[in-house]
Amino acid sequence: MILFVKVNEMTIKSRNNYKNVIAKKMAAFMVPLLGALMGLLVGAILLIMQGVNPIVAYYALLQGSLIGWPSISETLLKASPLVLAGLAVCYSYRTGFFNIGAEGQLYMGAVGATIIGTNFAFLPSMIHIPLAIIVGALFGGILAVIPGLLRAYRGVNEIVTTILFNYVAAYFLSMLVQGPLKEPGSFYPRSLPIVESALLPKFPASPLHTGIFFVILLAGILYWLFNKTTYGFAMEVAGGNHNALHYAGVNLKKMIVQVMLVSGMIAGTAGVIEILGVHKRLIENFSVGLGYEAIAVALLANLNPLGALLSGTFFGALKTGASSMQIATGVPVSFISMIQALIILFVIAFTVFPRILIRINKRRMRKNA
Amino acid sequence: MHDFLAIVFTAEFVGNALKYATPLLLASLGLVVNERSGVMNLSVEGMILSSAFFAFAGSYFTGSPLLGLLAALLASLLIALVHSYCCISLGLNQVIVAVALNTFCLGLTSTLFRIFLGTDTNVIRANGFSFVRWPKFLTEIPVLGEILLKQHIFTYVALIMIFVIWWIFYKTTWGLEIRAVGEYPRAADTMGVKVYKVRYLAMLFSSLMAGMAGTALSITGLNLFIDNMSAGYGFIAFATIVFGRFHPLGVTGGALMFGFAQSLQIRMQISDINIPYQIPIMLPYLLTIVMLGIIGSGSVPASWCIPYFPDEE
Repeated sequence: MILFVKVNEMTIKSRNNYKNVIAKKMAAFMVPLLGALMGLLVGAILLIMQGVNPIVAYYALLQGSLIGWPSISETLLKASPLVLAGLAVCYSYRTGFFNIGAEGQLYMGAVGATIIGTNFAFLPSMIHIPLAIIVGALFGGILAVIPGLLRAYRGVNEIVTTILFNYVAAYFLSMLVQGPLKEPGSFYPRSLPIVESALLPKFPASPLHTGIFFVILLAGILYWLFNKTTYGFAMEVAGGNHNALHYAGVNLKKMIVQVMLVSGMIAGTAGVIEILGVHKRLIENFSVGLGYEAIAVALLANLNPLGALLSGTFFGALKTGASSMQIATGVPVSFISMIQALIILFVIAFTVFPRILIRINKRRMRKNA
Repeated sequence: MHDFLAIVFTAEFVGNALKYATPLLLASLGLVVNERSGVMNLSVEGMILSSAFFAFAGSYFTGSPLLGLLAALLASLLIALVHSYCCISLGLNQVIVAVALNTFCLGLTSTLFRIFLGTDTNVIRANGFSFVRWPKFLTEIPVLGEILLKQHIFTYVALIMIFVIWWIFYKTTWGLEIRAVGEYPRAADTMGVKVYKVRYLAMLFSSLMAGMAGTALSITGLNLFIDNMSAGYGFIAFATIVFGRFHPLGVTGGALMFGFAQSLQIRMQISDINIPYQIPIMLPYLLTIVMLGIIGSGSVPASWCIPYFPDEE
């Protein structure tokens, strides 16, 4: 958090300094780009250590994820929940709060979507799908608002509580699909199928569903909110300095609760589109680890919603291309996690790089003095 | 209800609960030391996973569980060094570094495991630690023999560590330094305590405990490895710290509670009681959250998760 506190302070100080703004914008592009490149580069070294030609491996990765409609649609399909969860993390992190609970909120969203989606078959799609999205979002929001309230009124660290709720949500979902929501007579722990009118329509000749439009729309709305509204500016100020808001007359406690609620709602919709578009019924553990990948997405996007579209697609492409890479070179799919981790490390290392230089410089000046 | 009580109040059940609690107890007792020094160590999940894997791999290739343990400790130590360098020396965000390291460990262990396995689909097993052999007349002591004397060496290490850590924390200068660094590093620094050194050492100690926890997870009992074997153990250890209010004895209570819940859950899955087995495993988490709501932020070290820069204001 400290990291962005500093960066944001600098942004505000330099509002009038045109040159600095341009430098900041450049950095916002360069840091993720360099981070991703370095991640892939070190990944290449790890590939060579396994005795695999990295060019062959990366070509297979590219071909399996971005060349041809089947690959592209698969990538976009995998990217959709990643982007949504990433947006949820962006939303809270811009205000200086960490939501690591995207996974739990996503599960709750899935539960909400299933309750609406397996009933009300008489509704037209135009009403049924939005209803499922709203209810799913509310379910996700409820799970996130509790950590928000605890943080605002009891000072409890939201990192701890959102992690705890991930487990509560996963076990709650598991309890539902083996109990009240279980398909009668089925051997598997799963719910009834989602009824026709609540299913997201598909693109031709691909598994990709129209939830992708919702993802793009939401990213656009958030971009507008963050950059063009007073509320978005207040969020940014809060991210920089929690006391500043107090003087500006904004109630920080209220803002924490609001921010966590909305962040949870966004994560909830990720669960909704997975159920209505991909799995078509509620199952257990359908997104293990997505909450953590969301943090990678948000970071690589530099907390910019439009950037999240790109970084989410990038990570989605890595996930999709991984199986082609495995077929072509025998490198296990799990190798992708290592590249992902390296990228996160490089990105945060590059973000503080200028600050480290300043510190080293200071120390040198003190020695010379 | 009667059936339920009949399950819980047997010596065998309590002994099993202690077995499940062992990795958790080891990890969280180590964790409490470095959390008190002001470093948030969510990487413990990755440490447990990697050490579980390297303990298995080490034991599989050398045939000796002790060398497995050594490999596990080294792997865990290495992760701790990276985490410490990033979070203590560079002052990077501790949550993000941990997320990255955990992801890396998951990728690394699964990838190496695939490479070792080749195309073999059979389950491979390594040599593991067996129960400590006590003299026969001791194990035949009714209840206690069943609970305490049919355990692996790690359980005894964990039980001893409870008192060792409590003693270090509250009876030695080291303990005072660790707590001071976690509360107010600048004051500690002024008094001549080397903040970085204390934080590094606390972290390395914690990683050794996590290494043992990982070893206890993979090569005591079934002696095999599966992808993402730790499955959140590190985060549960983290929860026990919070539950135990950053006090070694409280943490012990937390770890035993989670171990008990785990063991109850497994038992309920195979019996035909009409309570969903998810309830006992969910309860400790909910209890921790409720407790946090009641006690608020009181017990958290004041400089938790805040990097310290000696030459900045």
